[in-house]
Amino acid sequence: MTSGVTTAADTELRERIRRTLRSQKQRTITVLSSLLAVQHEIKYVPEVAIEETAHFIKGATINDVWSVASFYTNFRFTPPGDHTVEVCWGPSCHIKGAQHVLRAVQSELGLDREGETSDGKFTLRYNTCLGACAHAPVIAIDHVHHGRITPDSAVRHVKQARSKPAPGH
Amino acid sequence: MTAPFEQLKTRAQQRWNELTAGALPWIRVGGGVSGEAAGAHEVTLALNKAIEKANRRANVTRVGMLGLCYAEPLVDVQLPGGDRIFYANVTPEKAAEIVQTHIAHGVPEASLAFAQVPAPGGSGLAGVPDLNDLPTMKRQVRIATRNSGHIDPRDLLQYVANGGYAALDKALTGMTPAQVLDEVKNSGLRGRGGAAFPTGTKWSFLAGNKSPVKYILCNCEEGDPGAFNDKGVLESDPHTLLEGLILAGYATTSSNGVIFIRQGHEEPIEAARKAVQDAYDAGLLGKNILGSNFSYDVEVALTGDSYVAGEETALMEAIEGKRSMPRYRPPFPAQAGLWQKPSNINNVKTLSYVPQIIANGGAWFKGVGTPGSAGTAILCITGEIQRPGMYELPMGMTIREVLNQIAGGPPAGKRIKVLQTGGPLGGVLGESDFDVQIDFDAMSKTGAILGSGGIIVGSDDVNVVDLTRNLVAFNQFESCGKCFPCRLGTTHMVEVLDRICQNKARAGDRELMERIGQSMKVGSLCGHGQLGYNPILSAFKYFAAEFDELVKDHKGPVGAFADGTMIVPTRTRP
Ligand SMILES: Cc1cc2nc3c(=O)[nH]c(=O)nc-3n(C[C@H](O)[C@H](O)[C@H](O)COP(=O)(O)O)c2cc1C
Ligand code: FES
Repeated sequence: MTSGVTTAADTELRERIRRTLRSQKQRTITVLSSLLAVQHEIKYVPEVAIEETAHFIKGATINDVWSVASFYTNFRFTPPGDHTVEVCWGPSCHIKGAQHVLRAVQSELGLDREGETSDGKFTLRYNTCLGACAHAPVIAIDHVHHGRITPDSAVRHVKQARSKPAPGH
Repeated sequence: MTAPFEQLKTRAQQRWNELTAGALPWIRVGGGVSGEAAGAHEVTLALNKAIEKANRRANVTRVGMLGLCYAEPLVDVQLPGGDRIFYANVTPEKAAEIVQTHIAHGVPEASLAFAQVPAPGGSGLAGVPDLNDLPTMKRQVRIATRNSGHIDPRDLLQYVANGGYAALDKALTGMTPAQVLDEVKNSGLRGRGGAAFPTGTKWSFLAGNKSPVKYILCNCEEGDPGAFNDKGVLESDPHTLLEGLILAGYATTSSNGVIFIRQGHEEPIEAARKAVQDAYDAGLLGKNILGSNFSYDVEVALTGDSYVAGEETALMEAIEGKRSMPRYRPPFPAQAGLWQKPSNINNVKTLSYVPQIIANGGAWFKGVGTPGSAGTAILCITGEIQRPGMYELPMGMTIREVLNQIAGGPPAGKRIKVLQTGGPLGGVLGESDFDVQIDFDAMSKTGAILGSGGIIVGSDDVNVVDLTRNLVAFNQFESCGKCFPCRLGTTHMVEVLDRICQNKARAGDRELMERIGQSMKVGSLCGHGQLGYNPILSAFKYFAAEFDELVKDHKGPVGAFADGTMIVPTRTRP
């Protein structure tokens, strides 16, 4: 676990996480609902959130919380880039050329797999189905869906995002 | 009719009159994730801008999805008391033209229009087809999707104005729980989540359990790529599902309902949350619903990304906040399910039929479809096809009819070669079986399944081995890891398919996959491992030659890239 000096920023993060955990509105509150709430608020699950969730949920250990956090593929443990680009690789999109879209987006971002660009501007993720299969191939940039994409139009969308501030700023 | 419901109905009718025949034109923009992907947001902005510029006013509403995805973005304009005129494939420029003609001048331009629903008693606009005569609409029997694309999913009153909650009122005032259950049994309704189990029978397991706390869990995990009908119903008409969920609670004398959705799908999540809140506010949920002695609570629960979370026992683990790994059975959910209480799991579509079954009677529902598969199939048709969309069709049509008459056949110059049905645990279907009826039993005889209703269409351009690799890669990525035959088997199969596609097949690779598939089938706890080999098995049945070309004759590589590789996610479950 985290050791060494505690900075003001650490304390503030912890406070924010505690507030987030406490302000869950639904009736049933669990390890999973808590982790989802944290990631919704902070955009990732920092290590202190694992500790805080274990404190917050009666009977849960740090191990229990890690077990859940490491299982669901939406959880991430480092801050994401300013913009998130998701490319669908599901079969409807596959048939309509998703692999070429993936390759074009990879090369625009200078990545050869999922992850962050070195300048921290982008996160690239592959999605199993973005739910707009009738408009395959589909990408989503900062959770806004774009259908009937070509490699060129995908790159255009990425370029447009590059010139915009991160959502919520 | 109960007094509270009568008051609600009066308010609803006023609201509907105001919208359709009040002071302002009503513009409905087809939304949902599908509408958004087609550009509905930009179109809405353009409509609002043009209205402001023309110095007019109008109610602009984002409705759900009508299902005619090929025509999206879809805009429907109604002047007070007038015809509904539909405009298809609207761009921001076309939106401005629509406002200029239809709103500013008050005269719709027939050449811009796609279809119409004439005002009652009117003859409509000359030269524009009736919406319900379109080839994509004519044969639909819209039960669960009857309101989709017509009403604002965020407005309870619009649902009530169109007959909503009348079935609940009817049940609470004039039917015992056992009578509601009998109606569902008599309807012949079978589950739409994959296994096609008779819904009434399943409910009777729960009804027989006298525990004071019992759960009805609605499964909207919807992980199958290529299927979007669960989210489609939820984001277009959440109250249809909610009314079905309440009726299921009444029929089984349950205390609680849960709507279970994957995180990240904001539209259906928000729609479900708002529907639940509004139902509480209107006295349709909570203590003594509509003044009766039936009380019932519903909440929305989210899961993280995990396909197996859609399996019924894994779903209960996820609601309890744990890893979504399947449980051993027995005990069965009706004995000890969520929080060890008796539970029943149903798919979104299954529950969404129930209000109409109670309103019109089980015999009416049984009269739609085939003897063994009553009702409709809500199909999502995607891939290489002229008119992709979501269509609610009576069971019993053949796949070929659906592809050609409804969905418009393949794109010009192409031939349909392969279909992928029932999600990645389903299979592929070749031309020789395109005349199979859409019916649970007829479909499963082919080796493919109807499942949740996704049909992905591929032309001659699709290499089936490459498509199979895509499906098995999904099954590998989504294995929860609990049973090692599934976890290792899917991993090994992807490895073999990968080398076959890259033209590096080894002698005996086909037999090797058969052996792995067999071990997965006997050695896995849930359908994920038991059925995870289906894509390969069904591909062998229809497209053996395509495997031989690669395994025996090394005529590869195949796939999108010259080297036969495929880009897949790098994350797997630890
Ligand atoms: C791996 C796996 C994933 C599943 N995913 C879903 C799903 O996303 N939605 C669903 O309704 N059923 C899913 N099912 C089927 C459910 O276990 C269950 O049979 C179904 O929800 C019951 O509802 P029904 O009786 O209304 O069909 C899945 C099954 C398996 C084995
Ligand atoms: S398969 Fe790509 S959006 Fe569904």
